[in-house]
Amino acid sequence: MTDTTMTTNAAMTETRMEDRILPDKTIGQVHVEHPRMTARAVDVHYGTKKAIDSVTLDIGERQVISFIGPSGCGKSTFLRCLNRMNDTIDICKVSGLIAIDEQDIYDPSIDVVSLRARVGMVFQKPNPFPKSIYDNIAYGPRIHGLANNKVELDQIVEMSLRRAGLWEEVKDRLDQPGTGLSGGQQQRLCIARAVAVSPEVILMDEPCSALDPIATAKVEELIHELRAEYTIVIVTHSMQQAARVSDRTAYFHLGKLVEVGETKQIFTNPVHELTQDYITGRFG
Amino acid sequence: MSMSSLALIVLVIGAGYFYLAQRAVLLLRSTGQHRLHSLPHYYGYWAAAVAVLPALLLLLILSIADDIVFKIMVRDFYPPDQQNLDSVSEAIVLAKIMNVVKGIQFGSPDAWVIAAGEAWIQWTETSRQLISVIVIGVSLLGGLFAYRKVSPEFRSRNAVERIILWVLGLSSTVAILTTIGIVLSVLFESIRFFKLVPPTEFIFGLTWNPQFEGAERAGSGQMGLATYGMVPLFVGTLLISVVALTVAVPVGLFAAIYLAEYANNTVRGVVKPLLEILAGVPTVVYGFFAALTVAPLVRGAGESIGLTVASESAMAAGLVMGVMIIPFVSSLSDDVINAVPQSLRDAAYGLGSTKSETVRQVILPAALPGIVAAVILAVSRAIGETMIVVMAAGLAANLSFNPLDAVTTVTSQIVTILVGDQEFESAKTLAAFALALMLIIITLGLNFFALQIVKKYREQYD
Amino acid sequence: MTNLTAGALSPKEAIDRVAATLRRRRSAEFRFRFWGQAAIGLALGFLVLLFGAIFSNGIPGLFQHYVVLDVELNKQRLDPQGDMSVNSLYAGDAEALIREGLLAALDNPTGRSNTRAARGIISSGSAQRLVDFVYANPDLMGQTVPVKFALDDDIDSFLRGFIDRNTPEADRRINDTVIQFVDKLMASERVSYEVSDYLFFGSASRDAEMAGIRGAFIGSILTLFICVLISFPLGVATAVYLEEIAPKNRFTEIIEININNLAAVPSVVFGIMGLAVFIVLFGMPRSIPLVGGIVLALMTLPTIIISSRAAIRSVPPSIRDAALGVGASKMQTIFHHVIPLAMPGMLTGTIIGMAQALGETAPLLMIGMVAFIVDVPGGVMDPGTVLPVQIFMWADFAERMFVQKTSAAIIVLLAFLIVMNASAIWLRKKLERRW
Repeated sequence: MTDTTMTTNAAMTETRMEDRILPDKTIGQVHVEHPRMTARAVDVHYGTKKAIDSVTLDIGERQVISFIGPSGCGKSTFLRCLNRMNDTIDICKVSGLIAIDEQDIYDPSIDVVSLRARVGMVFQKPNPFPKSIYDNIAYGPRIHGLANNKVELDQIVEMSLRRAGLWEEVKDRLDQPGTGLSGGQQQRLCIARAVAVSPEVILMDEPCSALDPIATAKVEELIHELRAEYTIVIVTHSMQQAARVSDRTAYFHLGKLVEVGETKQIFTNPVHELTQDYITGRFG
Repeated sequence: MSMSSLALIVLVIGAGYFYLAQRAVLLLRSTGQHRLHSLPHYYGYWAAAVAVLPALLLLLILSIADDIVFKIMVRDFYPPDQQNLDSVSEAIVLAKIMNVVKGIQFGSPDAWVIAAGEAWIQWTETSRQLISVIVIGVSLLGGLFAYRKVSPEFRSRNAVERIILWVLGLSSTVAILTTIGIVLSVLFESIRFFKLVPPTEFIFGLTWNPQFEGAERAGSGQMGLATYGMVPLFVGTLLISVVALTVAVPVGLFAAIYLAEYANNTVRGVVKPLLEILAGVPTVVYGFFAALTVAPLVRGAGESIGLTVASESAMAAGLVMGVMIIPFVSSLSDDVINAVPQSLRDAAYGLGSTKSETVRQVILPAALPGIVAAVILAVSRAIGETMIVVMAAGLAANLSFNPLDAVTTVTSQIVTILVGDQEFESAKTLAAFALALMLIIITLGLNFFALQIVKKYREQYD
Repeated sequence: MTNLTAGALSPKEAIDRVAATLRRRRSAEFRFRFWGQAAIGLALGFLVLLFGAIFSNGIPGLFQHYVVLDVELNKQRLDPQGDMSVNSLYAGDAEALIREGLLAALDNPTGRSNTRAARGIISSGSAQRLVDFVYANPDLMGQTVPVKFALDDDIDSFLRGFIDRNTPEADRRINDTVIQFVDKLMASERVSYEVSDYLFFGSASRDAEMAGIRGAFIGSILTLFICVLISFPLGVATAVYLEEIAPKNRFTEIIEININNLAAVPSVVFGIMGLAVFIVLFGMPRSIPLVGGIVLALMTLPTIIISSRAAIRSVPPSIRDAALGVGASKMQTIFHHVIPLAMPGMLTGTIIGMAQALGETAPLLMIGMVAFIVDVPGGVMDPGTVLPVQIFMWADFAERMFVQKTSAAIIVLLAFLIVMNASAIWLRKKLERRW
C-alpha cells in the first residue's frame, strides 16, 4: 500500500468517526443490584477542558468491571476519581456524585486517607518503594495502624503475598529490595501491597501494559482469584484482557460513557456503532 | 607602541588581507574559467585569520614575558656582594629598582640601583619597539603566506573550519589553565611556607599568632613569637559553618518540601523567586547586614538572658551565612525531591498515606542521598564564604567551640593577610597561601564526595 | 485457598482501625505542614529583615542636609589671575568667601571659638563646590548669590537625631555653640534636606558628607566590560567544543571535571590566583579593572559554560540533521543553526554570571582593588575600585553617616543587580523556544 492510500484511509476513518453521534444517554444497564460504588452525573474538568462528561455508573460488589476505550477517552481519569487520586492535580475539578456504600466520597467530612484505605489502587507501571519486599507490603498496614504487633504484621504480609501468588517466590528474600524483582513480580508485589490494607475496592490502571505476556497471564489469573473477595475496577487497553477477566465492561469515548453491559454482551453484541467499531478494531 | 594600538594595527592588517583575498578569488570567478571550491568570503577569512591570530598570540606572550626576562637581566647590575640573594632580599631590591623606573623617589637609592632602573627603562623602550616590529612583521608575512595560497582549488572553507576547530579547542583549555594557575600559585608559595614552618606544626598547631615583626623574617631562620597553627582557624570556620547549617538545612529543606509537595502554583510562583532573591544578594551586603543589624541583635538577645556575647560572635556571622545558604539548600533539595518519580508518590497516596507520611516515609528516604549531597555542598559553600566572616566574625583566633565567642576563619585570615601592601616573602604572607591550599583541598574534597553521591543517586533512577 | 484469609482483617475491621488512627495522623499532618510554612515564613522573614535594615538606612542615605548661603562672588578674590582658568580658581580664596557668607547668616558672631564652631558646620569640600559653581556660572561673577553647600556629617547626624542635644556637652561630637548656630540656620530656613548629589556624583572621600559612588560605579562597569569580553566568547567556545565537537575521550573528561571543580572553588581563591599570576608573575599593575575583569571572568566561566552547554543540548538533534542533510558542513551547522538557537540560553547564563561577578568582593580585595582612589578611572588600566568593594570599605568607617551612605550604595548595587536579573528573565521569556 502506498503512502497516499494510507492517508486517505486514515482520513476516511476520521470522517466516519466524526459522523458517529455520541449517545445522549449511556446505552445498556448502568445500575446493578448490589452496588459497592455509585457514580451519578460525574463531570471532570482539567482547567477549562472537560475530560469526563456526565458519567453515571454503578460498580457492583465482588465484581470485576473493566473500562475500555481509545486513548484519551477519560477511562483512567474516571478511575482516578474513584479514590480521589485526582486530588493531587491542582487544576482538576470533579463534580457530580461518587459514593461508596452510599457515602459521598467528595464530602468534606470524608478523610481521603480512609477512603484510599478502602479503595486501593494499582498503577500502570509497577512502582515498588525502594525498600525491602517486606517493608513494601508492611507500609500500608503500618501507616494505617492495622497490625497491633509484629506477629500480626508478619501475618498480614504473608497473607497479602500469598494472595498475590508471590509468597513462594519471595518468602526467602523478604529483606531484599522490591525493586530487584522482575517486572511481573513487581506488579504482583504492588497488588499485594494494595491487598495488605484490606480494601473493599481495588482500582487497576492498565496493570499489565508494562508486562510481558507470561507476567500478564499471572496477573490476570490473580485478578480472577481476587474477585471472590474484592470489587475490582480495571482500565485496560487490551480487549482480550477485558473479555477474559471482567464481568461487566464499560466503553468510554471522548469523556462519555457510551455503553456498558455484561462483558459477554458487549463483546458479542454491542449496541452502539462506536462500541462496535472499537471492539472490531476499526480504531483504537 | 601600546599593546592595544598594536592589536588594532594587526586587526587592520587582517581586514586588508580579507579584502585582498576575497577580491582575488572574485576576480578569478568573474573570468568564468574557474569554479571556486568554497564561497568567496572563506578565502578572505582564511587570509585574515592567518594574519591576525598568530600575531595576537605572539603579542600576548611577548608582553607578558618581557617583565620576567628583565627581572633576570637586571641581576647583572647587582653589586658583587649581593649576587646570591635569597628571594626575599631580591624582592626588596626589585621594589627599589621599580621605584626608580616609576620615577618615585624614596630617600637616595644606591648608584647601581639607579643605573639598573635606567637600564630597565631603556629595555622597556627597546622591547616595545622590538615587539611592535615582530608582531607587525608576523602579521604581514602570515597574511602574505595565506594570500599566496589562495587559488580556486584551495579548500578555504575546510582550512577556516580547521582554524575554528583549533580556536574552540584552545578555548576549552582555559578551564584547565585556570586550574593549573590556581594549583601552582597556591602550591609553590605553600611549599615555601612549609620550609619555614613544618607542616605538622601548621596542621596541628593550636595557636595562630602571625607576626610581621622583623625577627621571624623568612631566611633569617628565626621564628620569634610567630606561631602558625591552623587549628583555631579551622575550628572557627567549622563553628560558623555549623551555626549556618543549623539554620539553613532545616529551613531550606522544609521550605523545599513545602513548595514541592504542599504549595499550589500561585504560592510556588511567588515564594520561589523570593527565595532566589536571597541567593542573588551579594555577600558583602550580607556582611554589612551581619555586622550592623544581626550582631547587635544577637548580643542584645544573649545579654538579656544573662549570657556574655562577643560583639563579633560566631553566632551572628553563622546566622547570616545560614540565611545566605537557605536558597542553595532549598533549590538543590527541590531538584532531588522532584527527581523522585511520581509513581512512588502515587503508590503511597494510593495506599492512603497522608502527605506528611508520603514525604517522610517515601520521598525523603528516596531523596536522601541527594539531600546529603546538597548538605555537603552547602558545607563547602559555608567554608569558602569570605565576606560575611571578614565583616562580621572578627580576627581573634580563639580556639573555642562556643558560638557566642568571637572566632576567626580561614578565609578571613587570608583576606586580612593579603589585603593591602604585603611583603611578599614573609612567612605571614606565605601562610595565607598555605591556608588557601587547605581551603582548596577541603572544598574540592567535599565537592567530589557530593558529586559521587549524586552520581550514585542518579543511577538509581535512570 | 483456605490459608489465604489467615491474618487478614475484614474490610470492616480495617475501616475501624484506620478510623482510629485518623485523629493522630491528621494532627501529625497539620504539624508537618506547619513546619513547612514556618520554614518559608522564617526565610521570607529574614528577607524582610535584610531589606528592611538596608532600606531603612539606605533611603535616608540617598539624601543629605544642605545649607544655602549668600556668597559674594568677588572676582578678585575668587579668580586672582583673572582668566577663569581652573588653576586660577583654585588659587583663589573661595573658602574665605564662604566663611563670610556663613558668618553673615549667623549674624556675625565674634570670637575665635565662635568662628571655629561656625567653620565646622559646613563640609570641608565647600570651597571646591564653590569653585565648580563659579566655573559653571561665570556670568554670576561679582554678584552676591545664594549657593548651596553640604553640611558637615556630624551636623547631618545631629539633624537626623543621632546626636542628642540633651547629652552632656563633653560626650557629644558637637558642642553647644555649634548646636546654637545650627538652630539659627534652621530658624532662618537655610537648611534643606534633599537628594544627595555627592552620593551619585562624588568620588571616594574620607568625609562622609562628600563620599560618593561615582568612581566605584564606573569601576564596576569597566570591570564587568572586561569580564564579559573574556568570559562570554571563551565560555561559548568551550561549550560548543565540548557539546558539538570534542570526542569523548580522557582529555574532554579532564576538562569537564575541571569545570565542575572550578565552579566549587571559593571565590577568594580566584583572587589569590590573580594576585600570584597576573600581578606578581606577569607584572601587571594592582587595583586595575583589567586584572579585576580577568579574575572575575575566570570565576564566572564555569557558570557560563554550564548554562551554554545546557542551551546547546536543548537544541533538538533534528535541526542538526536537517542542516547536515542539505549538505552544510559541521561548522556551518554549528554557526548557522545551533549557536543562534542556543543564544538566548547562553545570554541568560552570561547575564546571571555577570550579576554574580558584579556582586563579588573577595577576589577583588586580593588584587588590590581596595585601595583608596579618589580619581574616577578613565580606562581599564587606571586604578579603581568597584561598588561592592566600596561598600566594604565604607562599612568599616565609624561615622554614623557612612552607615547610611553604605546602605544607599547597597541600594544602588541591588538595583543594578535587579535590572540585570530582570533582563535575564525577560530575555528567557522572550526568546526561549519550546521544542
